[in-house]
Amino acid sequence: MKAFAELFDRLDRTTATNAKLAALVDYFRSVEPADAAWAVNFLTGKRLKRLVNTRELREWTALATGLPAWLIEDSYEQVGDLAETMHLLLPPGSGRASALGLAGLVENRITPLRDLDDEARRDAVMRLWQELDGSERFLFNKLLTGGFRVGVSKRLVTRALAEVAGVDSTLIAHRLMGRWQPTARAFQALIAPASEDDLDTATPYPFFLASPLEEGPGSLGDPADWQAEWKWDGIRAQLIRRGGQTWIWSRGEELMEGRFPEIEAAAEALPDGVVLDGEILAWRDDRPLPFAVLQKRIGRKKPGAATLAKAPVAFLAYDCLEWNGQDARETPLFQRLQHLDQALAAAAGLLRSAAVDFQRWTELDTCREGSRERGVEGLMLKRLSSPYRVGRTRGDWWKWKVEPFTFDGVLIYAQPGHGRRSGLFTDYTFAVHAGDELVPVAKAYSGLTQDEIDRLDRWIRNHTRERFGPVRSVDPVHVFELAFEGIQSSPRHKSGIALRFPRIHRWREDLSVGDADRLEDLKRLLDTRQRQ
Amino acid sequence: MLRPDAGGLYCAAGDFWIDPLKPVPRAVITHAHADHARSGAGEYFTAREGLPVLAHRVGDGGDFNAVDYGQPFELGETRVTLFPAGHILGSATVRVESEHGTWGVSGDFKRAPDPTCALFQPFDCDVWMTECTFGLPVYRWPATEQVVGEVLDWWQDCIDAGRPAVLFCYALGKAQRLLAELADRAPRPIWLHGAMQPLTECYREQGILMADTQTVSEAGKGYKFSGDLVLAPPSAAGSPWMRRFPRHSSGFVSGWMRIRGNRRRRGYDRGFVMSDHADWPDLIRTVTDMQAERVITIHGSGEALAGYLREQGIAAESWNLRATLSRSEPA
Repeated sequence: MKAFAELFDRLDRTTATNAKLAALVDYFRSVEPADAAWAVNFLTGKRLKRLVNTRELREWTALATGLPAWLIEDSYEQVGDLAETMHLLLPPGSGRASALGLAGLVENRITPLRDLDDEARRDAVMRLWQELDGSERFLFNKLLTGGFRVGVSKRLVTRALAEVAGVDSTLIAHRLMGRWQPTARAFQALIAPASEDDLDTATPYPFFLASPLEEGPGSLGDPADWQAEWKWDGIRAQLIRRGGQTWIWSRGEELMEGRFPEIEAAAEALPDGVVLDGEILAWRDDRPLPFAVLQKRIGRKKPGAATLAKAPVAFLAYDCLEWNGQDARETPLFQRLQHLDQALAAAAGLLRSAAVDFQRWTELDTCREGSRERGVEGLMLKRLSSPYRVGRTRGDWWKWKVEPFTFDGVLIYAQPGHGRRSGLFTDYTFAVHAGDELVPVAKAYSGLTQDEIDRLDRWIRNHTRERFGPVRSVDPVHVFELAFEGIQSSPRHKSGIALRFPRIHRWREDLSVGDADRLEDLKRLLDTRQRQ
Repeated sequence: MLRPDAGGLYCAAGDFWIDPLKPVPRAVITHAHADHARSGAGEYFTAREGLPVLAHRVGDGGDFNAVDYGQPFELGETRVTLFPAGHILGSATVRVESEHGTWGVSGDFKRAPDPTCALFQPFDCDVWMTECTFGLPVYRWPATEQVVGEVLDWWQDCIDAGRPAVLFCYALGKAQRLLAELADRAPRPIWLHGAMQPLTECYREQGILMADTQTVSEAGKGYKFSGDLVLAPPSAAGSPWMRRFPRHSSGFVSGWMRIRGNRRRRGYDRGFVMSDHADWPDLIRTVTDMQAERVITIHGSGEALAGYLREQGIAAESWNLRATLSRSEPA
């Protein structure tokens, strides 16, 4: 645990990428493979299954410190991170368990908590609180409460591993996909030299992600070099057909076995050794259904007949990453699209995300403006000569989204943020007028500059009306322009509507409360959308 | 006996204000930090050791009265005594005695030893008005010696890497405390931001022993500050002035650095937990030491401390002096 805590401290104490890379390389080279495997697991954002709930942790903290529960809550509100709050409140530890490796801690002291009764689990956790100190205890708490962020991206971890292994980082990224498990053996395989068949047949390729196109496509050069497609509002997915078996992976690297039986059935007709990239959408009569319909399917592990009928889905393929069992990612897009056509010719149940025809960039403006009517988010622009890259590499794939909806809302509640924004009021609730009332319609966390956040934080502290736990109601004075992507009716909300991806566009200090929008204005949007 | 007014506390029996933020005829000043001492008062009373710094901060406009610690003086119908607060050089807590009883009023204070100022001295009172800047149990300070060791280790790492080490800290108090802690341990002279130089000079003139310093503006053009320690106020972070220190590592010395999010939000590489305020255990210990029947928390998040004290059977309440300031004009 000591080595991992030192790695954490090194990463946490610098913002320089090269210093972080060096820290990771040093760590991976010096520790046992089993420890390194767990470090990879946590640094790439994977979490342990929750073995202790936060209510218990709060109770045990109260027990260990003798502090009343409300004071622990007040402290948490200020710190903004439960794991850190507990660590700061607990009396200093002995550091005796420091010699335990990361794998030893996870496998011998944390995972076994699952099989203990409540009392034994409490004693085991409280013993570790006594035996660990400093960053080690903080990290232990982080592992208990979920994952942690230390300012390293998965990409940076991949680069460090590539340096340790002496192989290309795209290979590391590929090896980390799918069903990778944190074991000593898996770590050794991860940093092994390149070989022909070191991958499990179910392993997906790393996804290539588009970057947002801020201004129009005029700067992209000759339109003939580009393909335009609709940007679908569904779930990005990779469909693998190998050795007579089918796997569907989400972009979050979740295996979606059994969730979309109609797609799995359609994929059986694909030739063997084919991997397709595309989008899962709720789909009926040649057009997408609203995302809300797809949401009914996302949580269902084994959808029943009624669900299948009410929310039918389709796979819209737009790329072919493997053809005839060969990795096709280095071949240019226009060739991959030919493979895609060949593959889909055999599998009629899978759909092709067709290209949008255009000669001049100006024609695309009109297409993009019609996005909402089509139920799409905008356009994708892909360079026809480009390979299929890894991650968010800029230059070849652009997403050109339609302008969001906007409205002016009044700040009515505020709550402290977490992590980097701990102790600052950064989680806001906004309302619009409904008769004589202000009705909350959206919560938003992002979109203000640090200066604006600081200023608003001070204002909130001085204009609090009431407190409800960590939430404060404030004088309805400030108006903000908020952007959002979609709207749907929702009986669960007082306003009767739910907005998708609301975020703050700007602080409208030129507007007063009376200038804010009315609920009817938002509901009108709902009507137009439902008519379609 | 005391009530919030003019952003400070007004004592009608003595017709004076403690730490007013608006111009008043007569002010008792606990220490020279800007949230306690402002210019424009007719008459100032402050601890003798604090006078040079206070005069530097508020200008020569007022009528200054230097008072010795522990020596009572009369103001109106009250007897006022200043005691060392251990916060910065010349900082004081105020004891006000009258027929209404004895009140103790803190400006800011700490209990840890500090080579630049006299150690906090408790006294008995009926009502103790305590600052509460760090009034939550998460605030618990490590030993000064340990933190000074961390600063020196970090400086050594920067020397090894040939990078400037820029350490942010408050210009009055913290900077001089650090310089005093480093007096015989600094491997080379320490550079000061211009805003710190005159205050540090004030301290030296009063015989405080500190590490050797130079002002950044005296450095030659093109000088790289490799491996040098530079002290700067937090306001300098992110300013064009910072361009003088390419590839620097940054640190901040403050009690707020106890919380990781505070450091990350401001983008400091290192946070060093050293405060001139009492931590939670010392706030509680001081309540006990003052033997007060009633406690009022002021300056900071006082609700939690007051609530905790009430659960321990002590009459405690929280006053928000700043809110009073925004509502009222001076009496």
